[in-house]
Amino acid sequence: MNDKLQAGGNGAGRQPQVLAHSPKDNVAVAVIEGLSADTQAFGVVTEDNTTFEVFVRHDIPIGHKVALADLKAGDTAIKYGQDIGRITKDVAKGDHVHVHNAKTKRW
Amino acid sequence: MSETTTINGESAVNPFIGSAPDQFVNGSLPDARASADFANATFTGWRRENGRVGVRNHVLILPLDDLSNAACEAVANAVKGTLAIPHAYGRLQFGEDLEIHFRTLIGVGSNPNVAAVVVIGIEDQWTNRVVEGIAKTGKPVVGFGIEGHGDIATIAKASYQAKRLLQWATELPRETCSINELWISTKCGESDTTTGLSSCPTVGNMYDKLIPLGVYGIFGETSEITGAEHLCKERAANPEIAEKWFKMWKAYQDDVIEAHKTDDLSDSQPTKGNIVGGLTTIEEKALGNLEKIGHECVFIDALQPAEAPAKGPGLYFMDTSSAAAECVTLMAAAGYVVHTFPTGQGNVIGNPILPVIKISGNPRTVRTMGEHIDVDVSGVLRRDMTIPQAGDALIDMIIRTANGRLTAAESLGHREFSMTKLYRSA
Repeated sequence: MNDKLQAGGNGAGRQPQVLAHSPKDNVAVAVIEGLSADTQAFGVVTEDNTTFEVFVRHDIPIGHKVALADLKAGDTAIKYGQDIGRITKDVAKGDHVHVHNAKTKRW
Repeated sequence: MSETTTINGESAVNPFIGSAPDQFVNGSLPDARASADFANATFTGWRRENGRVGVRNHVLILPLDDLSNAACEAVANAVKGTLAIPHAYGRLQFGEDLEIHFRTLIGVGSNPNVAAVVVIGIEDQWTNRVVEGIAKTGKPVVGFGIEGHGDIATIAKASYQAKRLLQWATELPRETCSINELWISTKCGESDTTTGLSSCPTVGNMYDKLIPLGVYGIFGETSEITGAEHLCKERAANPEIAEKWFKMWKAYQDDVIEAHKTDDLSDSQPTKGNIVGGLTTIEEKALGNLEKIGHECVFIDALQPAEAPAKGPGLYFMDTSSAAAECVTLMAAAGYVVHTFPTGQGNVIGNPILPVIKISGNPRTVRTMGEHIDVDVSGVLRRDMTIPQAGDALIDMIIRTANGRLTAAESLGHREFSMTKLYRSA
């Protein structure tokens, strides 16, 4: 990428492995290819540019979500600071969250 | 094996698979620009008889119905440089379904990206209805019915007219126009979680900068607002528009989903491609989708499918399917001249008359399907490109497209023209 494009950088120039939208989110998105299990991942919250770390317990394909907290079946998954559906099976912090353990509340 | 070429001073490696978008950042421009910085931006377009400005100069060969596709394609084959847009419908439709059919055909013919139109239909009456609708713009339009003449005589007559109109259109001069004469639509496709993080907010930032300058915008995808409807309703300009919008969204839930679903929509919303890309639920998809309308602008009307905006410059909502080709076709029919299309997993859609600019922030898609992408915003995920910078890159590409640069979809021959059909024909 072009040298002059640095304005979004933070975390001392570290490239994030996961991004969350809002500080309220309990899931974050893998934004690199090849995020593998047993990785201490570096993350940024895009809304306020704060940083965090999460120990990733599963291989997470790019674009897929990782839990930022332990979640119980019946809990609400939060992304964008909003309700994105229901957790259907208990999830530990660092687990892959997707259609196998989360579902819409709409249909 | 790869070879290196040089375009605009930048070398580009062309491997066998994919190729990077050709965008380049102009070092003389500031890091991120504000709305006012674009106020004096211009492009060269074609000013039509009704005052609207187009960025393409098509001579359309427009079938009224499925039966007339063959004749239209024969005319377009005989007269090089004209464009036939075959489609599947137009017989025995009735009620609102028929009205949408006519609005779509008349709207597409009336679009300022079209210089002139030859309409061919199986019979004269409905053919003339389309001709008369397009003629209200003042542009040249002629129509031919096939019954009583046959395909061959019709093709001959229509081809003479098409050649005359093509030669007339190709001499039309372009003129310098202000950026605020653009009508810019949006709809995303093959979304994933990267669209909500990067390419959709890129479009939103573009609207936040250009709508205040007097540009027309539009978004749709009624089903894909499900889960974010409370946020969308708040973005209506006033309670009356909010209620009008909410009725459209609710009608879709009741009349389409509840009436036709067999189990739930989990097999189509999110789509299989969405799920591969990491989207789990319709709510998650909707929240990313809504990023396309930015944070500042409000929508000033909620339009029927293929209805042209009539309340002046600003952002509009249109009640559309979320299927890419159907939605973009309806926006072309409403008079939009440039389309912005965020994609995550790599939707390849184009439109015959509306240039479709693809924006992707998914680095894997940019790497593996780069030939389909016009604006690479994957830097947003690396945090080395901000959303305002991505918005600027998109606006630059909109202006370049308006000036004549073919989009990836145009270069690759994508001309998906899909009529919206509400119910079975009589």
